[in-house]
Amino acid sequence: MDTAYSATHRPETFREETFRGDFSYANSPENIRHFPFPFHEDHYRYSVNIEPHVPGLPGSAFEHLIDVDEHYVAEMADRAQVLAEDPLRYQALPHMMLAQWDTLELLMEEQARAYPHLFTLTRNGDQWRWINRPLGIDDTFTFGDRSTLPREPLDYICRQTQGDIALMDQRDGNLWMDAGMITAQADWSLDFDVGMNFHEWHAPVPLAPQMGVFDRALKYLLNLQLGKPVRRLNWTMTINPRLDTSPENYPKWGPDRTTVTPENVGQKVHLRVELQSLWRLPRSNGMLFVIRGYMMRMDEVVTVPKWGRRLPRVLETLPEELATYKGLSRYRQTTIDWLKRHDDGAPTSPGIFPD
Amino acid sequence: MKGDLQMRVTALHDEAAGIRRVRLEPVDGGALPAFSGGAHVVVAMQDGGVTRRNPYSLCCDPDDRTGYEIAVARAATSRGGSAFIHERLAVGDVLVVGAPTNLFSPDWRAKKHIMVAGGIGITPFVAMMAQFARAGLAFELHYAVRSRAAAAFAGVLQDRYGPRVKIYAADEGARLPLAALVENQPLGTHLYTCGPERLMGAVLDTARNAGWPEQALHSEHFMAPPPGDPFTVTLAESGREVAVGPDQSLLEALEAAGVNPRYLCRGGVCGECATKVVEFRGTILHADHFLTPEERAESRTIMICMSRFSGDRLVLNL
Ligand code: HEM
Ligand code: FES
Repeated sequence: MDTAYSATHRPETFREETFRGDFSYANSPENIRHFPFPFHEDHYRYSVNIEPHVPGLPGSAFEHLIDVDEHYVAEMADRAQVLAEDPLRYQALPHMMLAQWDTLELLMEEQARAYPHLFTLTRNGDQWRWINRPLGIDDTFTFGDRSTLPREPLDYICRQTQGDIALMDQRDGNLWMDAGMITAQADWSLDFDVGMNFHEWHAPVPLAPQMGVFDRALKYLLNLQLGKPVRRLNWTMTINPRLDTSPENYPKWGPDRTTVTPENVGQKVHLRVELQSLWRLPRSNGMLFVIRGYMMRMDEVVTVPKWGRRLPRVLETLPEELATYKGLSRYRQTTIDWLKRHDDGAPTSPGIFPD
Repeated sequence: MKGDLQMRVTALHDEAAGIRRVRLEPVDGGALPAFSGGAHVVVAMQDGGVTRRNPYSLCCDPDDRTGYEIAVARAATSRGGSAFIHERLAVGDVLVVGAPTNLFSPDWRAKKHIMVAGGIGITPFVAMMAQFARAGLAFELHYAVRSRAAAAFAGVLQDRYGPRVKIYAADEGARLPLAALVENQPLGTHLYTCGPERLMGAVLDTARNAGWPEQALHSEHFMAPPPGDPFTVTLAESGREVAVGPDQSLLEALEAAGVNPRYLCRGGVCGECATKVVEFRGTILHADHFLTPEERAESRTIMICMSRFSGDRLVLNL
């Protein structure tokens, strides 16, 4: 029985922690069980893993469609710091203004609905009042009127939403990445990808294009319907709990990969999961892509016996091209060896949730 | 389907000769989703024992969250939907309406939007213009009609947008000045057309001949499934046979038989209803706008909302 999941996810307090410098980021025991572990079986398989984004198991990261957890305040502080150092992490082409408002509405509505103790949205026609208690914000503005907000609508709401955000325009039978705020990415750059289409920005990915994965995924997404968002999980690994692993800052984090030793795997190596959700936007007919990232160090992973058994088995079956693409090559074996100490060889139950 | 809305008819209005506007409001009184200009909804109607599902463009302000409006022309050879709306639909009736879907979206990069409508093809532009005007974008509407009496929305659009709306009534001898329209437009102008196939063909050809890039041309085909000879389809999964009547599409016949294939547009445009052909002896009568000529020739896929079959055996992967 999943007793740990009986309670609804309702963050009350927010951790004071860092994603750089002393890397004090950590997960509470409840938040470990909240983590969206991405592997539902013991070996690795590439697929078009898209499913309806509907509310899932209470207590899990799938319970609320826009998930807020104990890292909210610290992540927003880290994002503000990244943006201060590099304003190009936020970009929006001029024709995306309607999609910006669509996104602001969607993120306010979803967060206020899921966490009324944290967020309140009050509407009176186009006069809106938004209260964000964790960040101490209380703003009144006119929906649709840029001059009534301190920043562009997308900039404004992304600074108050966990996860990176890309906005796509849909035209000519393709999706175009024409706006976004990307400050916690797994080694790709909005400044580089902005204005590209679905095939262009996916060009660096190995194996999947030849399998027709992207052709099928695009065809599916072009018909994505209003009110029927979908999600997929993607994952990689990061050394130290660093949110900003961008190409721009590679010199800061790339060398971390050489610091993994058999003694520090538990502390340093993090599983990094992206719960990606895709939403049709109403007024613009654009598409919102939320890349909600989660990190958990190996010490924390093995507190869930099923995950401790499964992760090394999956890592062993990952094709070399993918290990290279994800940047795991240097420390993959060291990590597997460490994790194997927690794998007693017992069978694992199907699905991603802890037993 | 999930996301379907129960909506009550709150007003019926004869917008012009033979064109009826229907206002629908949610039964539960909640706020409707906003939508984008050019979007349509599929409306399901209970007509006697038959469920009719037809797509209609939304022709109201996309930011009015209290109701949706559609306008339906009385078709000369009605397959049922339009006759039902004109003759039997009454205020207070409840219809099931799908979520708005847009296959005719504005290109928001455009420096200027030129819309060319013919007859009932005006409907998507009513919603588009509301959005263009609110966003302060440059636009023009050129609207060809048989007569002013048959020109739905003409008065209200001229009141709202003044000289940006031009009406060409055939009975007054006015013709769309197509060649002049596509000339001397600023770079980055986009052209949208909706109406009878002949009108759209002429608009697009004129623009292409004048050197317009394909990405700047947008058209919406308002097509009902063609009638034809009856045929039988076999479902590969169950081995069941389903009869398709002369006035029924393959999709409608399957729905009536309790099979619920995926769809969005029901007009051969979106690709959602693409179905694998397992086996056939005969000819697939492709009538969609989605498959490429090569795909039609191969006939490994059929768009079941529009296309029919002639022959003695058709097995589909359903
Ligand atoms: C429209 C929304 C999407 C956006 C904005 C997006 C964006 C991206 C970006 C920026 C990358 C990194 C590429 C690089 O290395 O530079 C990526 C990787 C990838 N994407 Fe997408 N993507 C989207 C949808 C999808 C969908 C629907 C699929 C489903 C098949 C998919 C599958 C992948 C895969 C398999 C990778 C490689 C990731 C890995 O293995 O680590 N993407 N995507
Ligand atoms: S439902 Fe759109 S092509 Fe058939």
